[in-house]
Amino acid sequence: MAEPILLRNVGVPNSHEIDVYVERGGYKALPKALKEFKPPELVDLVKRSGLRGRGGAGFPAGVKWGFLPKGVYPRYLVCNADEGEPGTFKDRVLIEHDPHGLIEGIAISCYACEASKAFIYIRGEYETGAQRLDHAVQQACQRGFLGKNIQGSGYDLDVIVHRGAGAYICGEETGLLTSLEGGRGHPKLKPPFPASEGLYRKPTIINNVETLFNVPFIVERGAEWYTSMGTEKSPGPKLFCISGHVNRPGVYELPLGTPLRTLIDDYAGGPLDGRPIKAVIPGGSSTPMITPEHLDVTLDYEALAGAGTMLGSGAVIVIGEGTCIVRAVERLAEFYRHESCGKCIPCREGTDWLWKILHRIEQGNGREEDIDLLLDICDNIGGKSFCPLGDAALGPVMSSIKHFREEYLQHVRGHGCPFAAQG
Amino acid sequence: MLSDKARAEIQQLKARYPHPNSALLPALALAQEETGWLSPEALEEVAEAMGLSPAQVGSVASFYTMFNRRPVGRYLVQVCTNISCSLLGAEHIVEHLKRRLGIEVGQTTSDGLFTLVEVECLGSCGTAPMMQVNDVYYENLTEERVDQILEELRRQ
Repeated sequence: MAEPILLRNVGVPNSHEIDVYVERGGYKALPKALKEFKPPELVDLVKRSGLRGRGGAGFPAGVKWGFLPKGVYPRYLVCNADEGEPGTFKDRVLIEHDPHGLIEGIAISCYACEASKAFIYIRGEYETGAQRLDHAVQQACQRGFLGKNIQGSGYDLDVIVHRGAGAYICGEETGLLTSLEGGRGHPKLKPPFPASEGLYRKPTIINNVETLFNVPFIVERGAEWYTSMGTEKSPGPKLFCISGHVNRPGVYELPLGTPLRTLIDDYAGGPLDGRPIKAVIPGGSSTPMITPEHLDVTLDYEALAGAGTMLGSGAVIVIGEGTCIVRAVERLAEFYRHESCGKCIPCREGTDWLWKILHRIEQGNGREEDIDLLLDICDNIGGKSFCPLGDAALGPVMSSIKHFREEYLQHVRGHGCPFAAQG
Repeated sequence: MLSDKARAEIQQLKARYPHPNSALLPALALAQEETGWLSPEALEEVAEAMGLSPAQVGSVASFYTMFNRRPVGRYLVQVCTNISCSLLGAEHIVEHLKRRLGIEVGQTTSDGLFTLVEVECLGSCGTAPMMQVNDVYYENLTEERVDQILEELRRQ
């Protein structure tokens, strides 16, 4: 993309300070929204823009806002900044380098949803990010972009930066709400969906950082401009985090619909040291891995679904030849086992068994029937766990067995791992 | 003992939220800041300040990895070993730290300076491998860089 939109302030000195943000054209969309739009008109605008949630699920943001029950107040908006899906680091970049862009997006979105209080739930480990957000909220209040009677509009908004304390499950929206209410981060049963009954059992909208970050641009430049980028069903710019075996890992902004190969070769500098690619996890650790013959797939919700995987959070993890797939998958299984909240049995027990069996295969103590046993356990978790975490644990296991069953068998038959240490 | 300052801050936090229970995580973080970990006594004091039962506070504290329920060294060295970091050699970084510090993962050096742990993804995958020491991220690690960092920390 010639001119970045979402990343336009990243790399600019002191981009986290309000003066720099305003100088570069920031805080123009908020006064415009307050002056020229009534809240339902903003909801309609975002619906027409086709903006889809950037946290992983891809649900249309305006449609979600439209689910708020009429006439029920107070309403809350929660910005999900609990970025924790392995391979994902885009929200951290936005928060650290452009916190005011996020705050402007939150303020407009709150006005659209008629919420008078917003929470930014940021993962506890993001110390720099939390400090920058605290500072930015303070600055925005001083300049009249937050607080009472914003820009003379009569609209009030209070934003609280709330820090998590280390739990992946709190990125799941209902787990996040339980955590924000002061509990263990256990997910809640849906329905009721948070839009009708969320935080403190009040109507609540939960959007990802990047989703909210898109909103000021849509207000300023219009829905038609927004839909001119990307594909028909996946409009707009998207941040991709690319990591693993590439020469220039990092966060890149591309229109949805860009080929995966373009991201890897033209942006990320190609495979690390020219090492052939063995597999790619295209959308964060939970999305099924694909093999090199799929590198021409385009990065959008529909095309990746067609390739049997998902766009997810836009976190592309490139795995080069020479990497042991079983070990990589074992490590991911260890993650899900550690992060399972323990509330439901299929996930709590299932993720533990997935790891145990993968571990024994990697250690050379596996049996041939273990491979199908893994699939059987996946079948007992999939669709049967209380929240999406259980399902998320299956992507790497099932896809790796589909593409690399032979490698699993090699471990079993050779009583050990045929690869050298990683890295 | 929880300081008077921390107690006052907890009361302010309770008033900041629509429901006072929302202040529990920040309150636990405040208590941990004072002593480096959450002792059973600290949990009881937080419970008292929050107006919650010690069992509830203990249950919440035990859910989150950032709350230390046993003492840790002055520097908590947390190495990410999740996929992107391990693809780029996180295991070597852990082995190197074990050798340099003379401890296993989960242990604290006898001088009380360093505790070594492995952690899950910290959102630093584009600058892997990485570790977080207390609040600070150290990225693009090599064994030489790790040695420098340990040396700097020892001098502080």
